[in-house]
Amino acid sequence: MTNQDQAVRPAPIVDESSKPFFDAAADAVLLLQRCNICHAYLWPFREICTECLSTDLSWAPSTGKGSVHSFVIMHRLFHPAFQEDVPYNLTVVQLDEGPRVTSIIRGTANEDIHVGMSVSANWHDVNGTPLLHFEAF
Amino acid sequence: MKYNAAFNPSGGAAIVGLGMTEMTREYSYSATGLAGIAVKRALDDAGLKKEDIDGLFINAGVTNAISTPLQTSLGFRDLKLLNHMNAAGSTAGQMVQFASLAIQAGMASHVVCVFADDPLKPGTSAGAAYGGTSNRSTGMASLPASYGFFSGANTSYALAARRHMGLYGTTQDQLGAIAVSTRAWATMNPAAMQQKPMTLDDYHGSRWIVEPFHLLDCTLVSNGAVAVIVTASDRARDLKQPPVYIAGMGQGHPGNPRQAGYENEVNTGARIARDTAYSMAGVGPDDIDIRELYDCYTYTTLVTLEDYGFCEKGEGGAFVEDGKLGPGGSHPTNTGGGQLSGYYMWGMTPVSEAVIQTRGQGGERQVQTRDHVLVSTQGGILDWHSTLILSPNADAGTRN
Repeated sequence: MTNQDQAVRPAPIVDESSKPFFDAAADAVLLLQRCNICHAYLWPFREICTECLSTDLSWAPSTGKGSVHSFVIMHRLFHPAFQEDVPYNLTVVQLDEGPRVTSIIRGTANEDIHVGMSVSANWHDVNGTPLLHFEAF
Repeated sequence: MKYNAAFNPSGGAAIVGLGMTEMTREYSYSATGLAGIAVKRALDDAGLKKEDIDGLFINAGVTNAISTPLQTSLGFRDLKLLNHMNAAGSTAGQMVQFASLAIQAGMASHVVCVFADDPLKPGTSAGAAYGGTSNRSTGMASLPASYGFFSGANTSYALAARRHMGLYGTTQDQLGAIAVSTRAWATMNPAAMQQKPMTLDDYHGSRWIVEPFHLLDCTLVSNGAVAVIVTASDRARDLKQPPVYIAGMGQGHPGNPRQAGYENEVNTGARIARDTAYSMAGVGPDDIDIRELYDCYTYTTLVTLEDYGFCEKGEGGAFVEDGKLGPGGSHPTNTGGGQLSGYYMWGMTPVSEAVIQTRGQGGERQVQTRDHVLVSTQGGILDWHSTLILSPNADAGTRN
């Protein structure tokens, strides 16, 4: 039935470049790319280090610790699968390693989220795919 | 007979023609047709013939519907200068800047700069035109949709606004004050798409788009086109309209690789662009009489005012709260209703109103003192920025 099809939450689409990230996610490990030359951590997937322009990049685990850089509250329903979630937050987390990751905060009421709040990475399941989120820390 | 361009790096350049289509939410002509109408009106406005034009710069809007083939569509022959430029909303200022430089280098004599867009088509909402839910990315770029990250530009600018609110305590009332003062100007602009007076209560009562943005924090979306014509200052004095001299110009592109230390959402490229432009014009913020600022959102106005030095970083909220941007205020800003209440022609919104005000053709909304008019054009998510300082005075700026 069409309504049911539409109500499926859009899961991440794993491709070749992102496979290490999603494989690690299955073990609840947050991987970031890391430059082997200048050691900068990178997000999202890059072919070239934005800091030193090296292509010598590998994957390294993140501590998952960071703070809220900014957040917004989505009141409108743009996709039927989010019917139960509205209003929901979208949050940009400043990871301690440097990159900023767009994600969500779970376990904290929207009105209690604030810029600068300390958070830590965790995982939840979306249609069998582990999805990164953050929680107050 | 064609005006003879000659190398003249200190002669300066001026805007001598302005052409605008009607600004609508209904589809009429394609972007190509709209561009042609705006170009014809700019030529008539300047008192120039199509044959006088030897340069063409093109900026397409979100539909990306026009490019260099526009030359052929409009029948321009033997151009000496042509390009399709794209730094999103900041492009309008950049087209005028490169036209000015090319004219002063003797590469061309009369350059048309045109923007046209037709995002509103039958059966298409403004939201869909500006990146709703289509086109799933793959890999890590597919993650945002899994979180319900939709309404791209609205959401990204709302994140920037919330960052400012979190760092500096900027309030919803202060964003609302910008919506209200901008609408007050629009009530006096026959070309504005929203001319009905608005109160702060109306602002708070408008629905959430993406909190902290209400509907009345966000620009309209318009179908239309705007063209301006740039020529050398000495040639400008022979033409039909009062010359709008380009006294200063600059650009600033801070970059944002989503890393710690990059704060372009609250420290925009205006901080780089302003220094070049102020220095070239020999002025500072206290010398600016009128501000025409890119205002895709209320927050864009607020952060841009800070970054041009009209107040300190973080004090934009308190600065705008008393209505000083509105009619009769000490800092007239977005005097045609901007993009919020006027029309959304990307960077051509502030450029067009600046030309009108600099000429003294603003009618009921004309600001009396107009020696220096500041234009800011802004692209991406506060990624790219360009500045013009315009003046009716031939001796404005150090280059003239």
